[in-house]
Amino acid sequence: MTPDLFFQYLFAGVTYGAIYAIVAIGFNIIYNTTGIINFAQGEFVMLGGMIAISLHQVMPLPLAITLAVALTMVIGAAIEIIFIRWLQSPSVLRLIIITIGVSILLREAALHIWGESIRSLPYFYGNEISSISLGSVHLSPQVLWVIAACGIMVAGLSLFFKYTPTGREMRACSANRTAAILCGISTRNMVTLSFMLSAGIGAVAGCVMSPITYTQYDSGTGLAIKGFTVAILGGLGNSMAAVAAGILLGIIEAFSVSVVPLAFQDAIAITILLAILFVKPHGLFGSSVAARLKDF
Amino acid sequence: MNSINRYKILGLAGLVIAVQLLTQFTGTAFYLTQLTMSAYYGLVIIGLGVLMGYAGQLSIGHAGFFAIGGYLSAALTTHNLLSYKDSLCIRLLERADMLVLSEDIYGDALLTVVPWGACLMAVGTAALIALLLAVPVLKLKGHYLAMATLGFGTIIYRILLATPYFGEADGISDVPPFQLLPALGGLPPVVVSGSFDNRVVNYYVAWGILIVGMLLLLNLINSRVGRALRSLHSSEEAAEAVGINTSRCKVQVFVLSAVYAALAGVFLAHYNAGIGPSEAGVMKSVRYVALVAVGGMTNLWGTLLMGVSLTFLSLRGVFGSLDDAVFGVILIGVMLFAPEGILSLRRFLVPAKDAALKRDEP
Amino acid sequence: MLDIQSLHKRFGGLHAVNEVSFSVESGLIKSVIGPNGAGKTTLFNLITGNLPPSEGEICFQGTPIHGRKPHQIAAMGMSRTFQNIKLFHGMTALECVMVGCHSRSKAGFMAGMLKLPSTWREEQRIYQRSMELLELLELSDYAQVEATSLAFGQQRAVELARALASEPKLLLLDEPAAGLNIYETAEVARLICKIRDMGITVLLVEHDMSLVMEISDEIVVLCFGEKIAEDTPKNIQQNKEVIRIYLGEDEG
Repeated sequence: MTPDLFFQYLFAGVTYGAIYAIVAIGFNIIYNTTGIINFAQGEFVMLGGMIAISLHQVMPLPLAITLAVALTMVIGAAIEIIFIRWLQSPSVLRLIIITIGVSILLREAALHIWGESIRSLPYFYGNEISSISLGSVHLSPQVLWVIAACGIMVAGLSLFFKYTPTGREMRACSANRTAAILCGISTRNMVTLSFMLSAGIGAVAGCVMSPITYTQYDSGTGLAIKGFTVAILGGLGNSMAAVAAGILLGIIEAFSVSVVPLAFQDAIAITILLAILFVKPHGLFGSSVAARLKDF
Repeated sequence: MNSINRYKILGLAGLVIAVQLLTQFTGTAFYLTQLTMSAYYGLVIIGLGVLMGYAGQLSIGHAGFFAIGGYLSAALTTHNLLSYKDSLCIRLLERADMLVLSEDIYGDALLTVVPWGACLMAVGTAALIALLLAVPVLKLKGHYLAMATLGFGTIIYRILLATPYFGEADGISDVPPFQLLPALGGLPPVVVSGSFDNRVVNYYVAWGILIVGMLLLLNLINSRVGRALRSLHSSEEAAEAVGINTSRCKVQVFVLSAVYAALAGVFLAHYNAGIGPSEAGVMKSVRYVALVAVGGMTNLWGTLLMGVSLTFLSLRGVFGSLDDAVFGVILIGVMLFAPEGILSLRRFLVPAKDAALKRDEP
Repeated sequence: MLDIQSLHKRFGGLHAVNEVSFSVESGLIKSVIGPNGAGKTTLFNLITGNLPPSEGEICFQGTPIHGRKPHQIAAMGMSRTFQNIKLFHGMTALECVMVGCHSRSKAGFMAGMLKLPSTWREEQRIYQRSMELLELLELSDYAQVEATSLAFGQQRAVELARALASEPKLLLLDEPAAGLNIYETAEVARLICKIRDMGITVLLVEHDMSLVMEISDEIVVLCFGEKIAEDTPKNIQQNKEVIRIYLGEDEG
């Protein structure tokens, strides 16, 4: 493998890895406040992309993306309010099945609204053939957008969780729900907020990746599995580690192209997921002592 | 077998016969095709029902086992093995009398595995894979288990789509009939195939298999192992404390439900004379989960009833292009309003007698 | 019966059980007492195999149980009840007790599905035995009632019947009187003595001092993971150290 090709693969891996990381962070936010995995996370990504594509036909790109993210956040909140908020102490099994059902509904709705065609947003800057040269390596400018979006979101979220009162309340809610209620925090609102946040994050991912990977009504499931793989790899609930894990998975996938056929590429992520679940379910970076306290 | 279940089994058998006679007299025998298919899907659903409802383990990968059964059986009985004639495997199979030499439509020699042998190999493979998967996966709980089985199902789907041997996006067609019983005395042979003349026989074969499968599962859940399964669903710690090897129990029931799914896959592949990758799709797995949920997690009869009837409606195309959406709505609706299944809603209508008193004694 | 040798359990920096040794003689009622957080429940979880010890050894009937799974230890003849009752949802009281017979019966997966004659006979035996136990605990009227819908005290009794169904040699009771009123507590005391008289050794963790003092043959006192005394109830009541650390705080 030539050094040029090596870097080409590397950057492709980092780009996809950043996308996976964003999806994984969406999983983590909801997991932290509710303790459940939202199987509809991938559908948020698909919705963000699809809505932005539709809106872009009537308005400029930045506005379309902003509106798409806002709309997806509203959808996220609505889902929580309609399907989850009013349940009284539901079992994990029940919640999982409900989010699976929601993911099917969103996918089917998308199929009926947008059909089976594959769509995409235009490149934010330049087009398919424009590229930035780093030495002898050529990159699409969209790659930088993806990486920047990932970086900004991670930084923004950690600032939000650390320094804003709402962020602190959400953390309190995840650390000890009962104690948070006793402190006067409305945990229900925090859960709704976490669905909004992760829907918004998913939508951003859906927008920045759309020019590279395209968007289709069923592109959510694959992303959800990869995002979940990354979330597990980093240790569920740990967003910083998710970034590292995401990039790791992206790079593994990118380089695997030279070894395994393209059709099996998706199987790689799943194999890693299964392997991790079997060997170290608390993640590469998680601690086993803390993990034992969680409900596996 | 307690008396209630015995009557229910007899009632089901009676219903099966009544439906057949009804279609005979009303000239609506074309319904039998979908009824036969529903019975096979019912087999997957009751197997999953025991896993989910009684042992409390969620699997979103059962379409994978169904596909393993169906695809392997289809491939082994359809693809020509003549070019591998001298390999060790084939010679072993020949020794075991498991090969059949015939002619394809162009008159060329065609060497394939006999359906019985292929069925055994397919179900055996599914059981083995289930075992290998279950040992590590069942250490996990809740969403981890759900994701791991979802991941397994997706792998199977991808492999089928990417492997020329399994026909890629087209699947496998022209699967030969499966002769269950040879001609005995004056009776014609019992053959699983989609041929028009065999429709009534196939209907009875499918429902017979389903009823026997149901009988075995009902026996199981009222046995020592069944009680152990139900107890570990409620509290694994307490189950361990009375000496139940919970991980072993879970693995066993997982393998059992995989065998049910694979068996259904085998029969359906022969009945439809083909199988396609959509049978392995995630949506199929989710649909099975929805059907178990709608029938009531710990209500095998409800699962059977709702599973078969909804599958029948779906196969008749009643839901049109909203097919998958309908199952999504069902899944959410049941989980939100009637987590114990649709049939539990009758408690609101009929004043509840003490349900516990109706329970059986051995 | 049970030998515990310099047992340690650490959770990160917390030393939950620290150098604890004692043994339980066959045929006695032995109690473990101590203030909250003394490590009593941890000790129980170590003995039943739910937690691995950091150091030390536990021998049950002369066999080290290190590395064995809880169900294996249970099959060796050790049975337990739980502080927060863990009955099985959706099962009748009778079925709960029948589950308790698990390790003393053997019908397997296939046998259960096919309902072989031998399985049927075994089921009869399990049924008989479970009904006897329910009778012993005065629960025969509730045999067909869903266990989790029974009154609190009755649920405790069903749990006890379930534990006895596995024909234990050693019975571990985790706060059997928690949440019971004084009449029910007296009933539990009577039951525990009855169980001892059946030849089953009892190891008890309990907060209710009157119960412990009344029925125990020997008492171990734990405080912050360490054993500070082991003696007869009478001597424990006069032990200065125990009064200072435990009863003193209790009365103050």
